[in-house]
Amino acid sequence: MINSSLKTLGQMLAKKEVSSVELTQAFLNRIDTFNPEINAYISLNHQKTLAQAQAADAMIAAGNAGPLTGIPIAQKDIFCASGWKTTCGSKMLANFVAPYDADVISRFDAAGAVNLGKTNMDEFAMGSSNETSYFGGVKNPWDFTRVPGGSSGGSAAAVSARLCAAASGTDTGGSIRQPASLCGLTGLKPTYGVVSRYGMIAFASSLDQAGPMAKSAEDCALMMNVMAGFDERDSTSLNREKEDYTRDLYNSNPDKPLQGLRIGLPKEFFAEGLDAGVEQVIQAAIAEYKNLGAEIVEISLPNTGLSIPVYYVLAPAEASSNLSRYDGVRYGHRTAEYTDLMDMYCKSRAEGFGAEVKRRILIGTYVLSAGYYDAYYLKAQQIRRLIAQDFEEAFRHCDVIMGPAAPSTAFKAGEKVDDPVAMYLQDIYTISTNLAGLPGMSIPAGFSAGSDGKALPVGLQIIGNYFDEARMLNVAHQYQQVTDWHARMPEGLA
Amino acid sequence: MEWEVVIGLETHTQLQTKTKIFSGASTAFGAEPNTQACEVSIALPGVLPVLNKEAVNCAIKFGLAVNAEIAPRSVFARKNYFYPDLPKGYQISQYELPVVGKGAVTIQVPAAGKNPAYEKVINITRAHLEEDAGKSVHGAVEGMSGIDLNRAGTPLLEIVTEPDMRSAAEAVAYAKKLHELVQWIGICDGNMQEGSFRCDVNVSVRPKGSDKLGTRREIKNLNSFKFMQQAIEFETRWQIETLEDGGTIQQATVLFNPDTGETRAMRSKEEANDYRYFPDPDLLPLEVTEADKARVMAEMPELPEAMKARFESEYGLTGYDAATLTASRDVADYFVAAVKAGADAKPAANWVMGAVSAKLNAEEKAITESPLSPAQLASLLKRIADNTISNNAAKQVFEAMWAGEGEADAIIEAKGLKQVSDTGAIEAIIDEVLAANAAMVEEFKAGKEKAFNALVGQAMKASKGKANPAQVNEMLKKKLGA
Repeated sequence: MINSSLKTLGQMLAKKEVSSVELTQAFLNRIDTFNPEINAYISLNHQKTLAQAQAADAMIAAGNAGPLTGIPIAQKDIFCASGWKTTCGSKMLANFVAPYDADVISRFDAAGAVNLGKTNMDEFAMGSSNETSYFGGVKNPWDFTRVPGGSSGGSAAAVSARLCAAASGTDTGGSIRQPASLCGLTGLKPTYGVVSRYGMIAFASSLDQAGPMAKSAEDCALMMNVMAGFDERDSTSLNREKEDYTRDLYNSNPDKPLQGLRIGLPKEFFAEGLDAGVEQVIQAAIAEYKNLGAEIVEISLPNTGLSIPVYYVLAPAEASSNLSRYDGVRYGHRTAEYTDLMDMYCKSRAEGFGAEVKRRILIGTYVLSAGYYDAYYLKAQQIRRLIAQDFEEAFRHCDVIMGPAAPSTAFKAGEKVDDPVAMYLQDIYTISTNLAGLPGMSIPAGFSAGSDGKALPVGLQIIGNYFDEARMLNVAHQYQQVTDWHARMPEGLA
Repeated sequence: MEWEVVIGLETHTQLQTKTKIFSGASTAFGAEPNTQACEVSIALPGVLPVLNKEAVNCAIKFGLAVNAEIAPRSVFARKNYFYPDLPKGYQISQYELPVVGKGAVTIQVPAAGKNPAYEKVINITRAHLEEDAGKSVHGAVEGMSGIDLNRAGTPLLEIVTEPDMRSAAEAVAYAKKLHELVQWIGICDGNMQEGSFRCDVNVSVRPKGSDKLGTRREIKNLNSFKFMQQAIEFETRWQIETLEDGGTIQQATVLFNPDTGETRAMRSKEEANDYRYFPDPDLLPLEVTEADKARVMAEMPELPEAMKARFESEYGLTGYDAATLTASRDVADYFVAAVKAGADAKPAANWVMGAVSAKLNAEEKAITESPLSPAQLASLLKRIADNTISNNAAKQVFEAMWAGEGEADAIIEAKGLKQVSDTGAIEAIIDEVLAANAAMVEEFKAGKEKAFNALVGQAMKASKGKANPAQVNEMLKKKLGA
């Protein structure tokens, strides 16, 4: 049951083969067994969770069930959920209980999904290993000595270890796709503006986007049907007609389901810095796509190398301002003793934020300062447009772009904590899509042996044009019909 | 050396919208602290701003009223600084691209001493939308400072002038004009005590004839015209004396103390914040189309200048009278209502500017609080026009109506003020007067014009003031063969 797809679980619930309470309890039992070790969840509330499961059973009994009704979902602890501790992985918000629901949470609630708990994450979503969390690192279910990636590391580990049926994540520079790659799942970052940011704690407002993390593309499509949609409370939310993200999955030509699909391979994604084992897996996946009828086109994204420097100007600039509200005045951490207002601000923020968050606040404050703004912030905005133009040009020659989601498989815990730049390079293939606002996915494409010989998952990234999520999901789904990488589960967690 | 003062104003006007500029919380003044502070007002994690279209309409309205350029695309920026009453740690404002660009207003500077009244054009640099901060409350809780966020997020239009004013009188005339204009077009309630209209005044001095600006000091948060006048006068004297004593002016923010009548530096601008402005990524650029402007234009009331011109052409008022009546929307409305109720325009203008204004001034009342309605004034003026009462009697009736003694006709009746217009009765009175004042008649006939007026006076006296003076005049002339 814990390995079942969302569709299968939905059918079992509808046929009353299992109740939501039973299904939820099964996941809670697994959480109680494995979470103390893996640390995928920051907050659990069995009582609240089971009450929701009971309500879902009532919905099912009343014939009001939707595809996700009664299904236990884990929510990244970046989403405000009424009555839930919402920490964003920070000491600053360690005791903050949200008094309102994020749009994403409201949508899952309305769909009758069950909130299993709030998952661990890098502090304020700043990190690529989940090691910046105030609540401790998360273990990669494939190898407990390794990181799950980040910042949605808790969600990734929870899905991978089957501590939930699916999870929500957010992606500012790769925070859904890189952990999906490192934990062997399917994760989708939608086009900017497709999922409302209301109630999602801001890191970098112009880049943040929520999306699903699940076992398969089909599961992600069902999640997207719930998560996506216009929200007038988010001015950057796009007012588009409601889509059915599963619409392309079931009507393909069975022999050559992707006949005519043009896959662009950016040469910059297969250059120096890419782990050889990862490259092998990606090339094998591309070969599989040829079998499915796709055609391969070599393309170029010439400004790829600038994406990390641009990102590390713009994201910290926005973050430095977004995080100003954590001042100890109205909520959140306030230092115990202080002499005056300035002392209260300084101590509260010094104590409440971790090192990586402070680093980015300092960078952001610097690049926005008088005299530096033009050279950094403005310049970065200009290059951001060039990066978007690279994609625009590329999509004249192909329908989707493919490459690795991350340059390596999961690395050892502690390996990169003292080298922020090495950590930042984890997002080299994912960041440019955030800068362009494009949708991107990572899907399991095979395994590569790590330094100690253990097989670790490798993710294939699929980048689509704006609003092409349904097509991307089908491109992923067809691959998952002929491969079983996505269905594999880490050992020792039965 | 002769000095010249150079003044520019920045005025924060609170816009009269029902809800805040970026959230649905109420903007009503005076509620219990923090009862109008929604999740956006208190900047909970995860909340986002959504622009209130009504605030944008107010800005467009103002732009149209001062003939300003309205930006087809303007941008909201974040002004970053820490303060307890600023919940997000930044204020959403407009920086590089404001919604309203260059415009102008014409002010009337009143006569002072031997200097006559004059008009002057004051150029508006820009006007931009932004959110108000909350308030710090000291002393409500022992040993602590409280924060009231009811005001946080109230929409403001900050209106900035060029340094065009050259005296405290000009600055006050501009502030009054602006104060009236924003109320006239209905975007601000103008309540200065509640902080709906707050002026910051930039003052610098320079040798007369110089075209270089001196170093300015900014007088913050003046909430009455009287204080503004005093503050500018003090500040100007202080700056001149400082320079004449060989000192220099440091750029600074100063506060005016109404008790001492002095300004004092609050903080030096040198240690001022670097606000790290950047475009707010949570808000899209604000786009104003020609259609938006046309829609707002259609809702726009007739503006003072247009109304003044109409008063001149339609009612035959003098330029001065028309300008006086249109200096305030309430006064203009009162006048128009009186005319609509049947009063003749010219006497109505005279009474509104004369007796009514004098009474209101004496009682420190606004015209909207006048105990005499425009319709009541019209009913009184009609009785003068149809010769029921004399002008003198009308003053008595006016006083009685003001005191709430009733309607015009009832008061005329009760006080017996109806003037005598019956030819027979007047003739009888005149005959009596002529008989009793033969000497005066002789004087008149001998060519003494003054004697005629004396006879009129006698006749009016004999009628106890009730005879129609015009009729008395006419009949007396006839009798005397003049």
